[in-house]
Amino acid sequence: MIWDPLHECLERPDLERLQLERLRNTLRRVASVPCYRDKFARAGIGPDDLHALQDLARFPFTTKEDLRLNYPYGMFAVPMKEVVRVHSSSGTTGKPTVVGYSRKDLNDWSDLVARFMTAAGVSSEDIVHIAFGYGLFTGAFGLHYGAERIGAAVIPMSGGNTERQLMILKDYGATALVCTPSYALTLADRMEKMGEDPRRLSLKVGLFGGEPWSEELRREIEKRLDIVATDNYGLSEIVGPGVAGECLNKRGMHIFEDHFLPEIIDPETGEVLPPGQKGELVLTNLVQEAIPLIRYRTRDITRLHYDKCSCGRTLVRMEKTMGRSDDMLIIKGVNVFPTQIEEVLFQVEGCEPHYLLVVDRVGSMDTLEVQVEVNENIFFDEMRKQRAFVDMLEKKLATTIGLHAKIKLVEPSAITRHEGKAQRVIDKRRM
Amino acid sequence: MKVTQISIFIENKSGRLAEVSRVLGEKGVNIRALSLADTSDFGILRLIVDNTDLAKATLKECGFTVSKTEVVAVEVPDRPGGLASILDILDKASVNVEYMYAFVERSAGNAVIIFRFDNVDDAIRILQEKGMTILPGERIYGI
Repeated sequence: MIWDPLHECLERPDLERLQLERLRNTLRRVASVPCYRDKFARAGIGPDDLHALQDLARFPFTTKEDLRLNYPYGMFAVPMKEVVRVHSSSGTTGKPTVVGYSRKDLNDWSDLVARFMTAAGVSSEDIVHIAFGYGLFTGAFGLHYGAERIGAAVIPMSGGNTERQLMILKDYGATALVCTPSYALTLADRMEKMGEDPRRLSLKVGLFGGEPWSEELRREIEKRLDIVATDNYGLSEIVGPGVAGECLNKRGMHIFEDHFLPEIIDPETGEVLPPGQKGELVLTNLVQEAIPLIRYRTRDITRLHYDKCSCGRTLVRMEKTMGRSDDMLIIKGVNVFPTQIEEVLFQVEGCEPHYLLVVDRVGSMDTLEVQVEVNENIFFDEMRKQRAFVDMLEKKLATTIGLHAKIKLVEPSAITRHEGKAQRVIDKRRM
Repeated sequence: MKVTQISIFIENKSGRLAEVSRVLGEKGVNIRALSLADTSDFGILRLIVDNTDLAKATLKECGFTVSKTEVVAVEVPDRPGGLASILDILDKASVNVEYMYAFVERSAGNAVIIFRFDNVDDAIRILQEKGMTILPGERIYGI
């Protein structure tokens, strides 16, 4: 099923025509926002310099720092009387970034989420359990509106209280689960601990987002919960969830290009990279009224695929994010993405998904310790075998990430579980 | 002729061993024999207890990773050369010992050596052929 075939299946020349028209309008609207007025003036460029989509590359980027400097409402392109909703980023560091929605923005957002939920197979027949925290964070409301728009029954469960989540999941018979991928595993863990089989829940599909996750983690979730696990992508600065989502082919997330113009850049130089190259995703709002952002640097590393998808959508597909250009760890000068390490751990039969990277500096030497929770599958009664297991993991990691990481086996539940985003890295270095 | 032993993964930090013995004590589980193999990071604690199933369930409930293994208990007179006689037999028959530990029986004046073999059945056969006394699980659990 395709929610909006008119926009999701446009031929590329038609799509580009629409994008150009919308981009020109958006540039005109933001030109009065002080931040953009200054940026454009400094770059000696203006809305009238846009003749083709390629001209966008000449415009300056927008960063999270711009949003911080204009905290809270400085980036808004409409007066507050037209704003009907405010959200903000999960903001783990510093001031949160604030975004606004006009009435039309909220309406568009609902449709965008309805698009990827439909693509994942959700219909009006479904009961959707939303375990994202309701609040300033965009995740819960976005999925809520999308599911309602489709006509599904929404259970606005919100986050936390895993025991209660499980009771509601069982009793209310949800068929679709919305949460972070790591929380899906927490739910499965808890059920198994209680001696119950998570595969017996009525769940058919999971819509997971909010944190990067690997294909191995997807397989693990699909197996343990017996569901189809789909990925979707969004960030509060751009709209929240609803920027892109997977169809059931699970071959990348279709970016809703009639609303968001994607570019891939080299995060070091800012150069736009040719299609198919890996780099940082940069997004431009084409429709948003309240806070349209031009060339927003997402810091997410991905690759775009323009070849056609058999689902019928003509929209470009972005790969699962492979980490962030700014949380990439540089250890002994080697670039390491936590997801690379996750992939290695999951390739080992029976290895626990729960792990934690601890980066430290001893003298002037960086160290990386990978803490892995021991379960029965990787516990051996003989020290010789247990040590051999550790050596094997260390060797595998060394070949994958190109540096030595010390594996430290820890007791189950030694690594703190977070109900929301999983904390995978502790960097103790003072950089 | 096999004895069931439980092995527990414990992190090498203060209080973990105490925690294991505390939870077992609370459930009335009595430890018959014990050995600990450790590295700087973690240890493998092996226990023979009077109620294996209860001990395993209790420890799992408390979040420990626990496994069951079969070991062999051999009784030798508690005198110089007792252990050597067994090891000699095993060596000559090329039976590999993964690890072993021992304790002395209070009343009988005998020593009991607990062996972990790769191939338990072969080891038992060889020891029995040489006239060694192998104690059944019940004997050890009830000591």
